[in-house]
Amino acid sequence: MSFVETFNALPVTALHRYAQTATAAEAAAAFAGRSLESFAALISPAADLEQLARQAHALTIRHFGRVMRLYAPLYLSNECINVCRYCGFSRDNPILRVTLTVEQAAAEARYLQNEGFRHILLVAGEHPHFVSKTFLRDCVAKLRPTWPSIALEVGPLETEEYRPIVEAGAEGLTIYQETYNREVYAAMHASGPKTDFNSRLETPERAYLAGFRRLGIGALLGLTDWRYEAICVAAHIQYLLKHCWQAQITMSVPRLRPAAGAFQPLSQVTDRELVQFVCAIRMTFPEIGIALSTRETAKLRDGLVPLGLTMISAGSHTEPGGYTGQGHEDLHLTKGGHRIDTQGEHATVQFEIADNRSPAQVAAKLNTLGYEPIWKDWDMALNG
Amino acid sequence: MTNPDRPLQIAGRTFGSRLIMGTGKFASGELMAAALAASGAEMVTVALRRADLTGGQDKFANILTFLDPKKYQLLPNTSGARTADEACRLARLGREATGSTWLKLEIHPDPRYLLPDPIETMLAATTLVNEGFTVLPYINADPVLAKRLADAGCATVMPLGSPIGSARGIETRASIAIIIEQATVPVVVDAGLGAPSQAAEALEMGADAVLVNTAIAAAADPVRMAEAFKHAVIAGRTAYAIGLAPKRREADATSPLTGFLNQ
Repeated sequence: MSFVETFNALPVTALHRYAQTATAAEAAAAFAGRSLESFAALISPAADLEQLARQAHALTIRHFGRVMRLYAPLYLSNECINVCRYCGFSRDNPILRVTLTVEQAAAEARYLQNEGFRHILLVAGEHPHFVSKTFLRDCVAKLRPTWPSIALEVGPLETEEYRPIVEAGAEGLTIYQETYNREVYAAMHASGPKTDFNSRLETPERAYLAGFRRLGIGALLGLTDWRYEAICVAAHIQYLLKHCWQAQITMSVPRLRPAAGAFQPLSQVTDRELVQFVCAIRMTFPEIGIALSTRETAKLRDGLVPLGLTMISAGSHTEPGGYTGQGHEDLHLTKGGHRIDTQGEHATVQFEIADNRSPAQVAAKLNTLGYEPIWKDWDMALNG
Repeated sequence: MTNPDRPLQIAGRTFGSRLIMGTGKFASGELMAAALAASGAEMVTVALRRADLTGGQDKFANILTFLDPKKYQLLPNTSGARTADEACRLARLGREATGSTWLKLEIHPDPRYLLPDPIETMLAATTLVNEGFTVLPYINADPVLAKRLADAGCATVMPLGSPIGSARGIETRASIAIIIEQATVPVVVDAGLGAPSQAAEALEMGADAVLVNTAIAAAADPVRMAEAFKHAVIAGRTAYAIGLAPKRREADATSPLTGFLNQ
């Protein structure tokens, strides 16, 4: 039994319809609910967003207080064997690629540490040769002595492959399903191991069995109707809370950003709708973490801080070597699995960021909003 | 029963306040320090996972710098630990970093409701007491577990009123009453106290102290709310020392109707 069976049995069509048609009265009545039906009503167009925001704010303060955890992504590699239509790293995109060495990754990490970060998210494209499980383990082991918290956002692995990475010191794993719509998923993922929808859907459970303490999930908003994705994400959270009960569950709301390949979103998600999604998740799952990256503008991020967020990144680069220029001498193109030497200044980004403020500027803004930036909220001593 | 007018004593140390404060969830270290001063609390718990445990004086993990150990009894906590091993490891690092052998032992494997694991807590408490720690364990309101922990040498027991941050008050009232009745160590009601009246209720029941965090930190004005809790705790303990009137079903006239018989 895995989430795949639960997902297959989910009355997603009916819930999606309800999310589009629930009345204002039904949405108001759903404020006290914790069910998927209540959640669907909360994301309906008729819901009173201001009231939702007030409630989400109160719940967030009660559960998490006036604090915000800060983290930084560190891109290890932009090599990828998957062909994903929306992603800048997609295999066939003729982009400048590089995979950092362990030492280069450590140099990038030192830069982030000097900026204040104590929570790091190691990100890489999926490539068993360039981004091997041994390489990931070595990166984690290298950072462990100086980083209280290390998380990964990399291609899915099997439970037994995750274990050495957890033992090396990783405590969090983020894996986005991208879209929970099987047809759209198939259309978006033309080639590579990522074409296996079910395997990806089960990844958080495999990670949990391997010992990860924090599991992050989400849908890439812009591939199909956001309300459909929201219902599926909520169902996934509900499942993980029950079955992976010792893990801290976190959700992100990544919205498609401009990237190499010039993919255009298939479905629009307005700022207002994104806020409604965050608030409805907070009301349905008051205890889960909600992360927001620099994909979004400073204005929207600042506005969302009181409404449910618990973790934000700052000053991010979405290319390997982006912070200190590590690896620039090894930039190349990759075609058919082989490198083609070329020259360039920087590796290509996965997507463009929208909030260019420095970590110090974000921290200062948090202070003016009445929030304490929390740089360290974990300790390696807690990793089993 | 000890003299109810005596000040609180834990592990041989006397405290002028029966309010213990938590330091999480505040908008700034400065605000936390101000609320702490207003609360009158003399013992303060701090999450070790927030602090720099390397001895490196990390300015990005500086929560301890807001707490004067000469003024407050530091009570580092093991929040985040889900096993006895993790809690013990964190406790030892915390002792090195803070110099405090006092420890609020909390082990909650479920990050959703943060309910304490009785088995792991018992294991860790036994180990840590043997290592010289002054252990104050956070537990569910389980009278047998409370006795077992006291027998193991814990300095207090800290049963929850309701889940952390829930503000639901003392939902475990009947069990807490048993714990208080049978206690040989101070009983600190911890977690779920959302209003000063709920803190007063715990003291009126005979609890020796309360631990409050969210209700103060998440208040619109934490400093004034800390002060409100300070007064509530004093009121509750005073009422307990005096003795509350028993509850009755019927009205009882304050001017006796048979008073003329005595004239």
